[in-house]
Amino acid sequence: MQKVLHINPDKCTGCQQCEMACSYENYGTFATAKSRIKVFDFHHTGKKVPYTCTQCDEAWCLHACPVEAITVDKVTGAKVVNEATCVGCKVCTISCPFGTINYVQETGKVQKCDLCGGDPACADACPTGAITFIDANWTGLDKMKQWADKLGNQPSAA
Amino acid sequence: MSWAGKILRVNLTAGTVKSEPLNMEWARAYIGSRGLGSKYLISEIDPKVDPLSPDNKIIWATGPLTGTMASTGGRYTVITKGPLTGAIACSNSGGYWGAELKMAGWDMVIFEGKSAKPVYLYICDDVAELRDADHLWGKSVWQTEDMLKKSHQDPLLRISSIGKSGENGVLYAAVVNDLHRAAGRSGVGTVMGSKNLKAIAVRGTKGVGNIRDPKAFMAAAKTAKKVLADNAVTGQGLPTYGTQVLMNVINEVGALPTRNHRDVQFEGAKDISAEAMATPRKTDGKKHLVTNQACFGCTIACGRISKMDESHFSVQNKPEYWGASGGLEYEAAWALGAANGVNDLEALQYANLICNEEGMDPISFGATVGAVMELYEMGVLTAEQIGTQAPFGSAKALCELADMTAKGIGFGKEIGMGSKRLTAKYGHPDLSMSVKGQEFPAYDGRVIQGIGLAYATSNRGACHLRGYTIASEVLGIPVKTEPVESEGKPELVKAFQDATAAFDSAGICIFTSFAWTLADVAPQLQAACGDEYTMEHLAHIGERIWNMEREFNNAAGFTKADDTLPKRLLTEAAKTGPGKGVVSKLPEMLPKYYDVRGWDSEGRPTAQTKQRLGL
Repeated sequence: MQKVLHINPDKCTGCQQCEMACSYENYGTFATAKSRIKVFDFHHTGKKVPYTCTQCDEAWCLHACPVEAITVDKVTGAKVVNEATCVGCKVCTISCPFGTINYVQETGKVQKCDLCGGDPACADACPTGAITFIDANWTGLDKMKQWADKLGNQPSAA
Repeated sequence: MSWAGKILRVNLTAGTVKSEPLNMEWARAYIGSRGLGSKYLISEIDPKVDPLSPDNKIIWATGPLTGTMASTGGRYTVITKGPLTGAIACSNSGGYWGAELKMAGWDMVIFEGKSAKPVYLYICDDVAELRDADHLWGKSVWQTEDMLKKSHQDPLLRISSIGKSGENGVLYAAVVNDLHRAAGRSGVGTVMGSKNLKAIAVRGTKGVGNIRDPKAFMAAAKTAKKVLADNAVTGQGLPTYGTQVLMNVINEVGALPTRNHRDVQFEGAKDISAEAMATPRKTDGKKHLVTNQACFGCTIACGRISKMDESHFSVQNKPEYWGASGGLEYEAAWALGAANGVNDLEALQYANLICNEEGMDPISFGATVGAVMELYEMGVLTAEQIGTQAPFGSAKALCELADMTAKGIGFGKEIGMGSKRLTAKYGHPDLSMSVKGQEFPAYDGRVIQGIGLAYATSNRGACHLRGYTIASEVLGIPVKTEPVESEGKPELVKAFQDATAAFDSAGICIFTSFAWTLADVAPQLQAACGDEYTMEHLAHIGERIWNMEREFNNAAGFTKADDTLPKRLLTEAAKTGPGKGVVSKLPEMLPKYYDVRGWDSEGRPTAQTKQRLGL
């Protein structure tokens, strides 16, 4: 079964544990500046929204790469940057419609979420369940359940 | 080792910025943040220095856990000699700024001297330089943050700054970061303003990567987070209701100081409580509270984000206050509300927003307004003098005085001096509800005996955060003690003060101590720093820090006579509630406290005590 990162902004408090976990997993340091997931704080509405790569099936970054440095991890479905091949041309950063693949000055390569090989550190670190790692085919399960609850468990008007 | 190992020394007179290695011997003896920053300050300034002179210094300090995955590991402390009290001033803040400084590779920044013209310090990793701030002077905290992010074209920049209050010399001006997190008390922002220093803008991309034993650290941090999540206060109460959960609780205990401590229960408490914030308003059907918010690394998330009623008189035609922004915490809601007898939640939030926007301590401001309202009702101050009618309960006066004080207009200049100077000026010094010149926070020191002793002996003037015995006396953490009972309170106060000093020095939030003891902090520090830390060792360091601060204050001219409470708390009994008829038993508790501390009868640490603590 393939899993995906599932984000529920309503549960995010903006603590950035996910960003620290990401940078620690990939660089061995707590550096939100190096995180592949970013939490956006929309101050005037009070909303906090974590955002990262959704691992497109037909990934723009993968198709744009001139040296085929981005490949698919067959087990996790993640689109993974092969650092040894990447030449840092940044064409993928232009082609990605979502901005979730970015250049890293220190390495001269690009980076993006690779699902940590199937055990994402951000989901593990999230204290509120705003980021979860769940069955790719059933990301709607919780919402369906809420509506099903309304339909079945609450007294109907009729 | 988890300390960055480097500090920045900025001489504002000379305009120089230098890097120097952290004194590791001091780091091990004082941990970081509050303890270590205080050690630096005390070693470098004359205790008798005028707080607003160039010879005073001001330090921004992080701790070894700041910028790590330890829960709440985002805090920094601002340390200086305070202008409100003349004692050591030491105020900490959350938000994201502290972690950003640490991730830029700096443990602390020391400012000396005074700049000839307004400047701000820009830090991006190893680069640190003073820049012209003429265009920022006169701007609010919110405008300053916005302008700096735009001019640097860097939305990820973090800003710690002052607003107009700090520029205008309000003696309790705050340093504010991330729009509404503040190093709030004792006038640390006033000192910043006196040096013509407007802001510190930081971008840190290096990260904190020198954890001594990463595997042990991650395990210890995870275990400690679970303790917070499983605890009723830190896992449920604080995230749901914030600190405001206390409003109704403290009112029921009969310890909610009301109308300048005339009363101990407020009939309007329910209108300004957490419950009120979560109930749809009659006017527009919307809730005041929008959501909760965490500071950096915090798995509690007690912060409040609120949205005002757009039709409220205070914000009509002022759309800049209609968006979501930092909401009322318990202390602010009390000081702006119960302390003045005001039960208009929206008015409280307006005053709170002004405090955030212009960088002003809502506790000292609100409590000073309380004193003004009492003087007004006594006929000592008139509407003409104040510029408005100011009876207890006037929401309009509260909002107007917030504007006037923050911006230094009219009578606001006098409110900006704080209650001690103001009441003395008008011949009623007994009406200042303060210790060492700093106003009380939100718990009555008569009805809750331990907190009264904690106020009287706090090293930064009246404060709940130096020894929060409310945890024990009201909430039963770690054990329940009787609020009106004075027996055993000197020991309790000492234990809380020492432990708090250690928590504050690690770079974490004191709110973790609702669930954690030092035994939960020790393994995280040990794995991060590599040194051996035990609960006992940390308590010992906390005691060392407390005594060091005390020695500074004694050298600054404070004596036993300053370890006291206003006459009202010592002679006027609580009128209602479970503590009816009670006054503070401070005269009984204080000598015992000195004894427990190993101080002489004048409140000075004995040679033996100093030797025991390595001072």
